[in-house]
Amino acid sequence: MSHQVPSIRMYVSVFLALLLFTATTVWVAGLDLGALNTPVALGIAITKGSLVILFFMGVRHNTPLTKTVAISGFLWLLILFSLGMNDYLTRGWLGIAGR
Amino acid sequence: MSNAAPTAKPHPKLQPHFHSMEQQLEASTLGMWVFLVTEVMFFGGMFMAYLVYRNMYPHAWVEASHELNWQLGGLNTMVLIMSSLTMALAVRAAMLGQKRGQLVNLSLTILLGCVFLVVKFFEYKAKFEHHLVPGPHFDPTLEQGMQIFFSLYFMLTGVHAAHMIIGIVMMTIILTMAARDSFNAEYYTPVEVAGLYWHFVDIVWIFLFPLLYLLGRHGA
Repeated sequence: MSHQVPSIRMYVSVFLALLLFTATTVWVAGLDLGALNTPVALGIAITKGSLVILFFMGVRHNTPLTKTVAISGFLWLLILFSLGMNDYLTRGWLGIAGR
Repeated sequence: MSNAAPTAKPHPKLQPHFHSMEQQLEASTLGMWVFLVTEVMFFGGMFMAYLVYRNMYPHAWVEASHELNWQLGGLNTMVLIMSSLTMALAVRAAMLGQKRGQLVNLSLTILLGCVFLVVKFFEYKAKFEHHLVPGPHFDPTLEQGMQIFFSLYFMLTGVHAAHMIIGIVMMTIILTMAARDSFNAEYYTPVEVAGLYWHFVDIVWIFLFPLLYLLGRHGA
C-alpha cells in the first residue's frame, strides 16, 4: 500500500465527476429510451460506484489480495443475479403439462 | 518504515503480531473489505428480490416509483457524494497529520450524514401521510405489485438509513479520537477503515437512487 498522499485536486475532480453523473442519470431518466432506460441507469451507477471504490476508497493503491477480495464480492453478486434470473426469466419458455 | 532498524523502538500503536505499521494497515484494510463483501451480499439479497419482483410487476413498479420524490432523492444523492468527499479529505488530513483538517472534514461528514437523515425523515413522513407504509395503515386498494414495491422501498432505504446512523456514531468516535491527537502519518488506520465503511454506504445509495426514484420519470 503506497504512502503517497493523494492530492486534493484529484478528490475534487472525482467529486465533480460524481455530481455530473448524478445529473446525467436524472436527465437520462426523463428520456424514453424504451428497454434501454434501466441498462443506462445501471451503467451510470456502476461507473459512479467504481469511481468511489477506486479513488475515494483508494483500492487502486491497495494490495493485490485486497483488490481480489473487493472484486470477488461483486463477482459473487453477479453470480447471484445471473443464476437467479436464469430461473425467473426462463420459467415461461417451456410449456408445462397440466398448467 | 517497513525496514526499521531492529534497535528502533516500535510504534506504540503497533500490535505485537505485526511486523510493521504498514503491514498492520494492510491487514486492517483487508479485514474491512472482507466485512464489506458480506455487506454486499446482505444488500445483494434485497437487490435480487427487487430484480425478481420488478420483472414480475414492471408497470406497478413504474407507477409506485411516481410516488417517490426524486428531487429529494437526488438532493440526498448529492449530500452523500459530498459527505464522501469530506470523508476522503479527512483521511487525507489524517495521513498528513493535520488536526484541523481532520476535525473540519469529519464534522462536515457527520453534518452531511445528519442532513441526509433529516431529508429521509420528511420523505418517510409524507409516505406515512399517504398511507404508503406497509402496516396497519397501508392503503388496501394498492395493487399487489405496488405493495411489494413499497415493502422493498422501506426495507432497502430503512436498512440503508440504519447504516447511516451507525456510520454517524462511528464518525463521532473517530472525531473524538482525532481531537485527542490519535492519528498521524504513521497511524491513521481507524480513520481509513471507518472511511471505507462510509464510502460503501454511499455506493449503496448510488444504486438505490436510480433503481427506486427514477423509474417513473419517463414516458408516463
